[in-house]
Amino acid sequence: MEAATAPAVAAFHVTKKFPGVIANEDVTFDVRVGEVHALLGENGAGKTTLSNILTGLYRPDSGWIEVLGQKAEFHSPRDAIAAGIGMVHQHFRLIPTFSVAENIALGSAHNPVAGRFDMSAIEERIVALSESFDLPVDPRAKIWQLSVGEQQRVEIIKVLYRDARVLIMDEPTAVLTPVESEVLATTLQSMARNGRSVVFISHKLGEVASIADRVTVLRHGRSIETVTENDVTALASLMVGRDVESVKRSTESTTQSLAASTPVVLEIDDLRAVGDRGLTALDGVSLNVRAGEIVGVAGVAGNGQRELVEILAGLRRSVSGSIRVDGESLENGSTRHPIRLGVSYVPQDRMGTGLAPDLTIAENMALKKYRRPPVARPPFIRQSVIDAEARELMERFDVRAPSETTPTRRLSGGNVQKVLLAREMSGDPKVLVIASPTQGLDVGAVATVHQLLLDAAESGVGILLVSEDLDEVLALSHRIAVMYEGRVLDVVERSDADVQRIGLLMGGEMEESA
Amino acid sequence: MSINDNIFVVIMASAIFYGTPLVFASLGEVLAERSGVLNLGVEGMMLLGAVAAAWVSTNVGGPAFVVLPLAILAAMVAAALGAAIHAFLTITLRVNQIISGLALTIFAGAAGLSSYLAGIWHLGQSPVAHQFLRLDVFGLADAPVVGPILFHQTLLTYISWIFVLGASFYLFKTRMGLHLRAVGESPQTADSVGIPVVRYRYAHVIIGGSFAGIAGACFSLMIVPTWVDGMTAGQGWIALALVIFGFWRPDLMLVGAYLFGALSSLSLTLQARGFHISTAFLAALPYVMTIVVLVIASNASSRRQLGAPAALGKPYEREER
Repeated sequence: MEAATAPAVAAFHVTKKFPGVIANEDVTFDVRVGEVHALLGENGAGKTTLSNILTGLYRPDSGWIEVLGQKAEFHSPRDAIAAGIGMVHQHFRLIPTFSVAENIALGSAHNPVAGRFDMSAIEERIVALSESFDLPVDPRAKIWQLSVGEQQRVEIIKVLYRDARVLIMDEPTAVLTPVESEVLATTLQSMARNGRSVVFISHKLGEVASIADRVTVLRHGRSIETVTENDVTALASLMVGRDVESVKRSTESTTQSLAASTPVVLEIDDLRAVGDRGLTALDGVSLNVRAGEIVGVAGVAGNGQRELVEILAGLRRSVSGSIRVDGESLENGSTRHPIRLGVSYVPQDRMGTGLAPDLTIAENMALKKYRRPPVARPPFIRQSVIDAEARELMERFDVRAPSETTPTRRLSGGNVQKVLLAREMSGDPKVLVIASPTQGLDVGAVATVHQLLLDAAESGVGILLVSEDLDEVLALSHRIAVMYEGRVLDVVERSDADVQRIGLLMGGEMEESA
Repeated sequence: MSINDNIFVVIMASAIFYGTPLVFASLGEVLAERSGVLNLGVEGMMLLGAVAAAWVSTNVGGPAFVVLPLAILAAMVAAALGAAIHAFLTITLRVNQIISGLALTIFAGAAGLSSYLAGIWHLGQSPVAHQFLRLDVFGLADAPVVGPILFHQTLLTYISWIFVLGASFYLFKTRMGLHLRAVGESPQTADSVGIPVVRYRYAHVIIGGSFAGIAGACFSLMIVPTWVDGMTAGQGWIALALVIFGFWRPDLMLVGAYLFGALSSLSLTLQARGFHISTAFLAALPYVMTIVVLVIASNASSRRQLGAPAALGKPYEREER
């Protein structure tokens, strides 16, 4: 596939500013017809902004887009679709209560202009597309009934349905199991061989190297270089802008299993609970965490991890089962009792559940200790103590902010997480429950957070680490529990962990031979 | 005594009569809510419609078949103007929808703009010149049971049935209806497939408002029929509850409207029959029901289960981050 023809789509000197941030600055790159082109960059490097510009969702402040050599101006997604550019967003743009066919037909020109729509004709076209691209899907199913992988297929068909020649995929593997990711890679490559172009947005070096024909690296909103490189280390240093020491490797020494005599600080026994929809979310979960141990809970989101974590934090009631913290039984559905027993909680939704965004750093850090001296001097609280403690914690946890009176909503993702960790670690907890600790953080912040977790474990805190990022779980945990459909399918020692097998377990595949 | 004097027949016939404005008002509200915009201004818009219709019927000369359509049209336009204010505030300026809707009701409602207009127009001193009268459809008005219930209503009732069918078909069988529901469920999704979210929201809030205008006209041209200050007496709020009560579906809302219509007519009917139940209690029934429905629905999670549009009440801004 020589680039004899004009690029399928290209951006020239694109700049896009948001209040206080330059998301894209002078970005130039081109996608050839029939290639898989990766946009590689850290979080916040401007990948998503760039793709939103390519699909007409945002308009660039300066610079322009060309489609097949013609300058194109997109005023809305409609224009981009008309020009043959379709996008699969990281957070799917699907309506859960609608059927697959309704979602695909939505807004498409392949319908009568007004009046009744012909569902059977739409369904036929979907089936034809799904067969020719090997993307099996039932057009009549409702979106909420589908797995994440299936939903992604619906998104891809939605784009193909509109005759898109360029398919932009934003972090497509973030939500998939390893097996599903491999299937996706094959699909994308075969689409490229059929003369379509794929723009593959990711920060995962391995998959970029294996899937993409060419890679454009974005850093701090700028396009750094377009390469045909498939060497992971070279790509990594391009992405980060310096040679990366793999922080994760250095931790392996600490992940040896702990002595059996180490006391158990968290004991979960046969825990059962229902989720928001009233369906079984936890179906008999039993799990132990010892002092100083990190137990990683791996699994695809939605298999009961959220419910488990919320019950431990007292935000949700269990139906049956027991939880003991350092031997003491945890009251069901009380948020104050876990705090008193020394359970710290860092939620996945840091800004929503974790912090009060409009309060200052100092106030947020005091949220769990305002009831006790020295902060409390009933009926007052002592602001000077709050401020002094906050300054000290900011120093210790390397929170970078103008002052302790800065509202937390102004902080970057990494600093938000550090504020949370500072608050949760400062009360000498026995157990730390933490969900997706590095989701959305950049490489530097990830390293800091990981180090903080390892230090905490070193000091004797038992940590329950829930994460969808398998690499993270493998890097930090002493033991790994895999959750699937509300149950812990298996708990393995880190030293015995086999990535392939954990990946299969995450997809619910138990070994045939027992 | 004929069977048509039976108390159940009488109650059912008046349930449909008194439920008719509720059908129009709740249909209008469901269009707005399906687009994701909650409009608590129904009560105010109804009063605007009522006063506009009363003015036309009193002051425009000509035969009834000319004046009455004009009166309805005036009611629709007046209420739509009120809705347009709400649309501009909530869609373009992204003001809180609850505040804006309440403001609309306070501004336009009882002791507000509608009362002021009625005052300077000297309305309400005599019945309107033209009103919607009960028809004798197919000469079946006296047929046993079904006659008074189905064939002895005003034209507005029959139009409301056509509106219910039309709205159901529009929402669930047409492309635009699918797009509208998509806008209300997830404006991000709708926008990403090229559906003009802002235009859909404006159009449905304004058209929905004009329906509330017809509902208001039902009072001043059919039920009362003259202008009385604050004559809708909280029926706009009942219409809001009906949308929830009917799971955002026009057909179920029609059933709900007649249930509330029956409750509304109960005190009159029973009083006329000499039943000794506190009329204050009976008159309060529809409002008690409204409170019960709204309490049940105010819990966000139950709202989802009932089928509320997921993006209801949320402003949409494309370049948000």
